[in-house]
Amino acid sequence: MTKSPVQFTLNGTETGVFVNGGANLLDVIRREAGDLAPKLGCAQGGCGACTVMIDGETHLACLTLAETVEGKRVETATSLANGPQLHPLQKAFVEGFAAQCGFCTPGMLMAAKALLDANPSPTREQVTEAIAGNICRCTGYEPIINAILTAAAELRGRISA
Amino acid sequence: MSITVETYATLAEATSAMRDKTQFLGGGTMVVRGINYGAQDYNRVVRSTDAALRGIRNEGNQISIGAGVTMSQIMASSSTDFLAPVARLVGGPAIRNMATAGGNLFVRPPYGDFGTALLALDANVQMSDGQSLPIERFYAQRDSQRGIVAAILLPRPAHGVFRFRKVTRTKPKGASVLSIAATLPGGSRITEARIAFGAMGPTPLRAKEAEQALEGASLDATGIQRALDTCLNGLDPSDDSLASGWYRRAVAPVHLRRLLLGKES
Repeated sequence: MTKSPVQFTLNGTETGVFVNGGANLLDVIRREAGDLAPKLGCAQGGCGACTVMIDGETHLACLTLAETVEGKRVETATSLANGPQLHPLQKAFVEGFAAQCGFCTPGMLMAAKALLDANPSPTREQVTEAIAGNICRCTGYEPIINAILTAAAELRGRISA
Repeated sequence: MSITVETYATLAEATSAMRDKTQFLGGGTMVVRGINYGAQDYNRVVRSTDAALRGIRNEGNQISIGAGVTMSQIMASSSTDFLAPVARLVGGPAIRNMATAGGNLFVRPPYGDFGTALLALDANVQMSDGQSLPIERFYAQRDSQRGIVAAILLPRPAHGVFRFRKVTRTKPKGASVLSIAATLPGGSRITEARIAFGAMGPTPLRAKEAEQALEGASLDATGIQRALDTCLNGLDPSDDSLASGWYRRAVAPVHLRRLLLGKES
């Protein structure tokens, strides 16, 4: 099977891999680059567990051909924490019981990160809309929405402090 | 199965590269899904990074939407503000960052609501070989052609003339039980109405008898009755996991009534 070289930035690190033709980005991030944060749920765009950011926009890694991210900046939930220091979103998820089985959490975090990057003061409705493509079968969503609003308030406090 | 992925800088080069067992890649939401599930009908994927595919331009009283324009771009552009409510109902935010206007013309029910809106708006589909097809003709021959869509050209509707309704099991994100798009010019007496249904056949379809029934009618309970009585003629909805064809036929006139009267229930 012919492999193609692909170079991109993964969570701030220059990454070069050889990929099988037709391999999706999720497989490459997990199997070739070893970042196990994004998850394989449905492989058809329905669950959002594989949500990553590509050049600052959320994309579904399972529906992205790896060869199309050549030269691009890819970020997964692994990029959020600074060593042992959790990102305010991660901290709010932990403290607000917004993660139960945790399978949806990396995708939820990236959907929330994209929202807060664009809109630091979202309404509850805007948070709901932002995570509409991410399915959680544990929490009933309310703790997740609350956690995102809590993190937004903390991030606003940091900016104004 | 291994897939060969070829990237071309221009649409012309990509067009030349199309041949048998080849699939053009837009946003990937349907093509890569097919690859993930073992699609066997192609082993080459061709894509283009041509910037012209990603542009929205005003051309006189027409709007040109590049085939690679995403649903998020549609929502953000003032040129396509009337289509923002349609684009917003396509998937979640990540899907909308990927799914393209051109790609939506090729998807199968229960997807393809954006194309349903374009059908009601009398859009023209511009192919990369220079051919321009009325969207209804494009849909009629869609599955037998190999060409690449370059752009979609459509007139900007007057304020309040365009209406859209999507019926889903879940909100805000869900695939269609059905969708309805309509342009209703004429004010108190409708002239040259266009009504298009999505998920009511293999492609979006116009309800032509209902359109004719609205000619000269007013948008009240009496004026629209004949359109409701005839709107199912020519539609052929399938059964799927969201709804049976029988159910779709049963509720389509109800939702058309709500759309025409501007009521939620």
